Amino acid sequence: MFDLKKHVKARSIDEAIALLIENPGARLIAGGTDILIKLRHGKQGFSELVDIHDLPQLRFIKLDENNDILIGSGAVFNDIIESGIIQTHIPMLKDAAQSVGGPQIRNVATIGGNICNGVTSADSASSLFALDAVLEIRGRKTKRNIPVSDFYFGPGRVDLKKGEILTNIRISQKNYKGSSGFYYKYAMRNAMDIATIGCAVSLKTKNHVLEDYRIAFGVAGPVPMRCKITEETMRNKKVSRKLLQDISQAVEKDVNPRTSWRATKEFRMNIIKELCVRATKEALKRAGEEI
Amino acid sequence: MTIKGFRQITFSINSKERTLVIDMRQSLLEVLREELGLKSVKEGCGVGECGACSVLVDDVLVDSCIYLAIWADGRKIRTVEGEARNGKLSMVQQAYVDEGAVQCGFCTPGFIMATTSFKEKCHGKKVSHDEIRKAHAGNLCRCTGYQNILKAVEKSIES
Ligand SMILES: Cc1cc2nc3c(=O)[nH]c(=O)nc-3n(C[C@H](O)[C@H](O)[C@H](O)COP(=O)(O)OP(=O)(O)OC[C@H]3O[C@@H](n4cnc5c(N)ncnc54)[C@H](O)[C@@H]3O)c2cc1C
Ligand code: FES
Ligand code: FES
Repeated sequence: MFDLKKHVKARSIDEAIALLIENPGARLIAGGTDILIKLRHGKQGFSELVDIHDLPQLRFIKLDENNDILIGSGAVFNDIIESGIIQTHIPMLKDAAQSVGGPQIRNVATIGGNICNGVTSADSASSLFALDAVLEIRGRKTKRNIPVSDFYFGPGRVDLKKGEILTNIRISQKNYKGSSGFYYKYAMRNAMDIATIGCAVSLKTKNHVLEDYRIAFGVAGPVPMRCKITEETMRNKKVSRKLLQDISQAVEKDVNPRTSWRATKEFRMNIIKELCVRATKEALKRAGEEI
Repeated sequence: MTIKGFRQITFSINSKERTLVIDMRQSLLEVLREELGLKSVKEGCGVGECGACSVLVDDVLVDSCIYLAIWADGRKIRTVEGEARNGKLSMVQQAYVDEGAVQCGFCTPGFIMATTSFKEKCHGKKVSHDEIRKAHAGNLCRCTGYQNILKAVEKSIES
């Protein structure tokens, strides 16, 4: 049994917000693949839940009238894998969704829970960072949009105020149209393992020149991050083997990996320098470039 | 009226409609094993790592150890107990027997549900070893070394 003291089911977004305000000690539960594990391990602070599991209002993937992609916070990873919109426009996010856990986890774990949990290893985070995704958050009578890159305060701490709920993630057309991307996860096992390092690259090329280059990492710092120095240096550079070497050298200045029981700082740095090359190569391949 | 902390849920379990009053703190695994006596559903790790507790909820494979029992309300649950028809094993079950994919058997019900879900998703199309491995990555077996399980899955997909 889970050490639950209170459980209330929300039938709509509005009701979820009202219940969060009514129960100040409560947290949202979506797929529960983070929360129920914490409860199992006897962690404090999760014993009152407002339940948004499988709420239809939050479970969708669609294009809006501006061709922006909207992903409901309650979309599970398997929804993302099977979505034609994601497969066509942002295969990188499909890579990321496929790298999460095993089938059982991907059938229940939500993208909203992945982001709101606030950990640096969240597999969907680096891709969303590279896509400049915007989080649409609702509270009682409030609505705000916040870039995913501003959402993380620190490990496990995100910009959600009391009574707020992440409703959906917006990826605007300008951030995916004409871009090719790839997510590369390095973990100790091929499946069912947390990333040692995750790397997402999204780029645009024109006449074999990098018109846009974005690179984001998970576990390269306390929260997911973009590598702004590397990105600026690489823009307008010619696609070549030398470019890949330059990227590998440049990222070192952007990242800040740490030692944990999973891997040492030095090992992570090695992986970072290799993954950025591999992810960039694959993204270039998807862009039709040869190197 | 239900007592505080208890909820009434109605769901279909192996094609039978059931209404139960359950403790809201229970996992689906606990309700299936302890209230309904469906002992094929095994608790290996209790934290979503091993797949021994795998069942189908509305034909979707989930770990019942990290699935709240109250979420089963209004849904259709399938466990290994319901897979045989008129005393005849399902094709997936039979393939596990034929290929000797069972040793101690602790992981087997979970594996069979994973294969059943995979088979239903494949709709008879040919699959690679890699796809089979990925579709069973959420299930651990400490005995067989997976080779015979792989063969059993291949056989169930073909049949
Ligand atoms: C065996 C196993 C393997 C795993 N493997 C991976 C992996 O490979 N990669 C990976 O990234 N993760 C992995 N995870 C972690 C987990 O599955 C993911 O982080 C998942 O996406 C969490 O989503 P959820 O819906 O289950 O979250 P929940 O547990 O329901 O919630 C997580 C947090 O988010 C909050 N929250 C949820 N929805 C909202 C919302 N709409 N608005 C505001 N707050 C919200 C909750 O209050 C809670 O704090 C694994 C977990 C397990 C058990
Ligand atoms: S007992 Fe549920 S996954 Fe191990
Ligand atoms: S047969 Fe023993 S764990 Fe798989």
